[in-house]
Amino acid sequence: MSRGELPGPAPEDRMQPEGRRNSQGIRIDPETEAEHPPERAVLSALVTHEPGVLAEISGLFSRRQFNIESLTVGPTVDDSLARMTIVIEEPRPGVDQAKKQLEKRIPVISVRELDTDAVQRELVIVKVNGDHPDQVNAITDMYNGQTLDAGPRTVTVELTGNQQKIDDAIDAYRQFGIRELVRTGYAALARGEAPTAQVSQPNQAPTDAQVATEEISDD
Amino acid sequence: MSKRTPVKRTEQDDEEHPSEHTGDGEHPSDRGDSGSPTDEQPSDPGVETGAESVVAGLENAGVEYMFGVTGGAIMPVYDALYEHEQITHITMAHEQGAAHAADAYGIVSGRPGVCMATSGPGATNLVTGIADANMDSDPLVALTGQVPRDFVGNDAFQETDTIGVTKPVTKYNIFSDDETTVGDDIGTAWALANEGRQGPTLVDLPKDVTQAETDSQPAEPSTPDSYDPPTAAEDVMVAAAAETLAAAERPLVLAGGGVIKGEATEELKTVAREHEIPVVTTMPGTGAFPQTDPLSQGIAGMHGTGYANLAISNCDVMLAVGTRFDDRLTGDIATFAPDAEIIHIDIDPAEISKNVEADYPLVGDAGVVMKQLLRAMPGTPPAETWREQCQAWQEEYPLDYEAPEDEPLKPEYIVESFDEVTPDDTIVAAGVGQHQMWAWQYWTFTEPRTWVTSHGLGTMGYAVPAAVGAKLAAPDREVVAFDGDGSFLMTAQELTVAAREDLDITIVVLNNEAVGMVRQWQDGFYGGRHMASEYSWAPQFDKVAEAFGAKGLRAETYEGLDATIQEARGYDGPAVIDAVIDPTENVYPMVPSGGDNARFALNADQLEGL
Repeated sequence: MSRGELPGPAPEDRMQPEGRRNSQGIRIDPETEAEHPPERAVLSALVTHEPGVLAEISGLFSRRQFNIESLTVGPTVDDSLARMTIVIEEPRPGVDQAKKQLEKRIPVISVRELDTDAVQRELVIVKVNGDHPDQVNAITDMYNGQTLDAGPRTVTVELTGNQQKIDDAIDAYRQFGIRELVRTGYAALARGEAPTAQVSQPNQAPTDAQVATEEISDD
Repeated sequence: MSKRTPVKRTEQDDEEHPSEHTGDGEHPSDRGDSGSPTDEQPSDPGVETGAESVVAGLENAGVEYMFGVTGGAIMPVYDALYEHEQITHITMAHEQGAAHAADAYGIVSGRPGVCMATSGPGATNLVTGIADANMDSDPLVALTGQVPRDFVGNDAFQETDTIGVTKPVTKYNIFSDDETTVGDDIGTAWALANEGRQGPTLVDLPKDVTQAETDSQPAEPSTPDSYDPPTAAEDVMVAAAAETLAAAERPLVLAGGGVIKGEATEELKTVAREHEIPVVTTMPGTGAFPQTDPLSQGIAGMHGTGYANLAISNCDVMLAVGTRFDDRLTGDIATFAPDAEIIHIDIDPAEISKNVEADYPLVGDAGVVMKQLLRAMPGTPPAETWREQCQAWQEEYPLDYEAPEDEPLKPEYIVESFDEVTPDDTIVAAGVGQHQMWAWQYWTFTEPRTWVTSHGLGTMGYAVPAAVGAKLAAPDREVVAFDGDGSFLMTAQELTVAAREDLDITIVVLNNEAVGMVRQWQDGFYGGRHMASEYSWAPQFDKVAEAFGAKGLRAETYEGLDATIQEARGYDGPAVIDAVIDPTENVYPMVPSGGDNARFALNADQLEGL
């Protein structure tokens, strides 16, 4: 028999609260109990453009078990900064937590969750068998794609668009036999005047100067 | 045994190492930019190399002690320390000890402790201590040597991707690849460890960078411009929280480690006393509120007191300050304060609603936000009945034990005996396991920064090196470390450091010849099958202590225990008491992992019934 036992009423004789919390730590009101289903969220993060940042961010998502759909990264008009576009699928508390964990890392300057109407594009490069080049071209035209390389045995095309369009195009190419394909994952910017993640005043619209800079470098 | 004298740095060949060098034009500078140090008043001693810039960066930060182990790739930095008297380097036996000592130094002093190691195994040996600091938000700066830049990535001798290895367990780390900015990196790492939510940072120092010539004086420590920790919470949210708290019938303060880290213990006392709200502390929050105060409702969590856990389970408004709602505190989230609206004050927005949803998120500095809250309080909660209830629970569920004269020593008795004879500001260090829980439960903590242990990571072996770091941070205070026999065996070699540096610390090994907490779980949940938890043979720890240069003492019976305690305390240097305790003693109350806090077990039968 083990020692160290203590006096006092047993568990069943104690005052017991009636409430409960769900697995997300939210108090459950039986009337309005809300389960948060996973939702797709597009996060844009402005980060310092230096070695190791991609590893830091991907490591963060992996070790905190955020369900990541795609992650893209590239430089911005400011050489010292890079922009990451991260698509995750998480219940709302998970999305919020992911944003806060991102913001917390020192190389991350600013994070913003984009609205569903944000401009989102993905690039796919598909290499199919070249037995029916005309038919391949027809499909490529239909999806506003471009042929990058055509040889006696293969045709390689590129397409951009949203996920649905790319999924459809890939389905259409299947008839020729897809040898290889590569998708980039999403790149996204907020639509219109709405800001994406920015250096200063991350929640404000960009200044005229910033807009001008973007336009000049756009060509 | 022989009593050692501390090793003094030899100064005989200082003449051959001129320290007056100002760096003015004597070395070709590859810096073409303006604002070179030649325009400024040269500071003394001047910087000639990257390594000296590192040391200058540490001096800028006011670093007094470093804990480390030398080795090949870090040698330039050690060499630079040779002439810098402001910084005292404590040579540890093992890098893990260096990290824990620096961690404890940070906990006690409130300023980042600094540890240093070479590349490869030196760096990986630091990792446990860094991860420990990361879990507990302890301010810590780690400097690691690295192979020269040209060798990085080639699997060179003693090469490890230290940045990659430590990224997940640091607040910030940086591969310092430029001798002209290496000193600035030290300042950035120090400032980031210190500011906002504290935590560990690391600077990886390639040997060719620290060896390179530079006269670049490092800037004062500062955080990057983009780093802007919050201070005050939103007024609207504060007002709403204050209104809810003032209307609470069963209010409770849950004080976490952030109260101590944020130097907000006075504000906490004011909130609690002005509004007569009972205060429960988490394990890292222990000492944030005096346990002698009538409003103290004890310590909460898996082995917290019954009355604290019942108060948590039944409160209707919880003011949680600087806590991350660790699972050892909350038990099953479904049953954690299920009736309570939660006001959560934290400096880290990511802690808000991470584990438990905050009804009133107050993001900011603990002290600042509590002052805001105090100003906004429209009244005092009508909680007379609740306070009586809390008091009743304290009487119903006391921490208690029997200590019959003819039975083996009870660990609780030993902890209490020490508590009785030591001053209030005594620092208590502990390893991880049953001994840690007894020390936590049976010591009466009244001051912040007196409880120094491994919380989140649960690192066995923490106590001995922590006692070393704690003593150096507070040389005028008494330091008592409680350790288990299992924990002690993991880092006992750090006793050599205590002996070498002549540190007046007392280490009490509560020896039950087992990894006691694991054995307790085996008894409770694994049918009593004691796999790998009992030692068929273990050394006599008093003799181990003597061999390491400390005073070794034994305690096996109640008779003479007080005298042994006094002998250990009175000894001028490190003393170890091998205290043979009742091996059948277990830790209660206990909430099983993932269990309901209110259904804590008071004995083995109740544990089985849960």
